[in-house]
Amino acid sequence: MAPAPLLEAVDVSFTYGASTVLDRVSFTLGSSEVVSLLGPSGCGKTTLLNLIAGFRQPSSGRLLFDGAPITAPGPERAVVFQSGALFDWLTARQNIEFSLSCRGVAKAERRDVSEHVLELVGLKGAGGLYPYEMSGGMRQRVGVGRVIAARPRIMLMDEPFAAVDVQTREALQEELLRIHAATRCTIVFVTHSIEEAVFLSNRVFVLAKRGGTFDAAFDVALPAPRWDGLNRLDPEFLRLRERIYLTMKAGSPAATTGARAHALT
Amino acid sequence: MARPRPLPSGRSVPDTARFAGVGRWLLRAASLGVCLLAWQAAAQLRLDLGIVTFRNVPPPVEVAQAGIELLQSSKLFDHVTSSLSRVFAGYGLAALAGVMLGLAVGRSRLAGDVLMPPLEILRPIPAVAWIPLAVLMFPSSELSMIFITFTGALFPILLSTIHGVENVDPRLVASARSLGAGWGAILREVVLPAAAPSIVTGLAIGMGTSWFCLVTAEMISGQYGIGYYTWESYTLQNYPDIVVGMVLIGLMGMGSSALLRRAGARLTPWHSTDEARR
Ligand SMILES: Nc1ncnc2c1ncn2[C@@H]1O[C@H](COP(=O)(O)OP(=O)(O)OP(=O)(O)O)[C@@H](O)[C@H]1O
Ligand SMILES: [Mg+2]
Repeated sequence: MAPAPLLEAVDVSFTYGASTVLDRVSFTLGSSEVVSLLGPSGCGKTTLLNLIAGFRQPSSGRLLFDGAPITAPGPERAVVFQSGALFDWLTARQNIEFSLSCRGVAKAERRDVSEHVLELVGLKGAGGLYPYEMSGGMRQRVGVGRVIAARPRIMLMDEPFAAVDVQTREALQEELLRIHAATRCTIVFVTHSIEEAVFLSNRVFVLAKRGGTFDAAFDVALPAPRWDGLNRLDPEFLRLRERIYLTMKAGSPAATTGARAHALT
Repeated sequence: MARPRPLPSGRSVPDTARFAGVGRWLLRAASLGVCLLAWQAAAQLRLDLGIVTFRNVPPPVEVAQAGIELLQSSKLFDHVTSSLSRVFAGYGLAALAGVMLGLAVGRSRLAGDVLMPPLEILRPIPAVAWIPLAVLMFPSSELSMIFITFTGALFPILLSTIHGVENVDPRLVASARSLGAGWGAILREVVLPAAAPSIVTGLAIGMGTSWFCLVTAEMISGQYGIGYYTWESYTLQNYPDIVVGMVLIGLMGMGSSALLRRAGARLTPWHSTDEARR
């Protein structure tokens, strides 16, 4: 038996009025895991992320963080949004220092942290730029850095790299893995790209189209570290991509009973 | 608002286009000149068209002379400073109240339900219509004029602030909460700056209306002030001074609005580049 999980979902359901978005979802996340959520549009990925973040509460079931129910948003479960959602009136450094200012951290210490984080996200020397002076990739780096500086136990990312070009996207993915290696914080990553999910994660969850249940889960057994980007051509990588693709295409749990059973034990 | 696009650098513009640019400016200047000439002619000929007469309208040359005279006298300073201080007080209070109320109403449904019904009823009443009641309500005409200025500026500022606050990207507020910001920090550090471009627009519109209201109030209950000066010129039959007053009013209103927009653009540098990026 593994040690107590960082996050535990037990039969978590969520409804908007009459429509059930999540139906008795159960899973656990351990420390330092990177888990991707895949699934068709509208299947409830963002909703699940919102529950973990604490923006909304489950309609039924238990969602436990460190053994306690999640009741409100907090920096230990911070969110990275698509296109950054940066504060346009603050510089990169001030954006990154935001969570520290909220906690009343002294200026000198804030400075130290933001210098360190700027370097970690590859923005050394760009701390004085405002978001409107940055490229899309830089903005996203600030978005990640702003959350990293809050020292979250779980980083929740909702299609964070969906709005940048392919080259920038791959660079950001590799950088995210490097950041993960440095911080060891758990990451829940929502994406529509199977390749991105397989590349980043050690587990991939596939949500079903209807009913908001988990279709399947896949273990990604690729050698780490992956941030040199080379193993995108690894046969195991390609095979896993194909398996997930076929699962999502079939959209039926029956096709992946094996993987499902495997994941839920 | 559509801003005139800057012309590309001189070299890349074909000669014909450059000539057309110069030509257009000449045309505009000529149009202005013709209007001034027509005014001069109509006034000098004491043109009477039946429904409108130019018999008592001063010609532009006399207006210019009167303007120069006023510039050289000490009266101008008194009039301008009393108008400015009234606008400063009334508009300043309106800016403060409008932004605070707007933040409250935009963020809290309860505040909206409590504050908005009376404000909605007062809103369609033009500030100028308050003048008689204001004269009765306030002990000094100075206070009643400040009140009129306040009322004129309040609603544009309030409504723009509410609009700006309601349109703050919810992901920004969610980010701030998730990063550990409390209620007050979200309001100060996120909502206020995110709504700033809209607030600045409201402040600029409010500046225009507060001048308009002040001038009207001064004509009725003032001593000093350029509205008063304009009306006094009428009662004293100094007709050229009327037009001087009109021009001054226009200049001061336009000047203070432009100053505000300039300051606003400087305070919200991310705003003007926003659209191009998305
Ligand atoms: N505020 C809301 N009120 C009512 N229904 C909502 C609301 N937000 C989302 N939904 C519904 O919940 C379902 C799941 O939405 P969610 O945003 O979680 O999907 P998603 O998997 O993130 O989709 P996408 O991949 O397109 O982002 C959708 O059917 C959506 O219509
Ligand atoms: Mg979504």
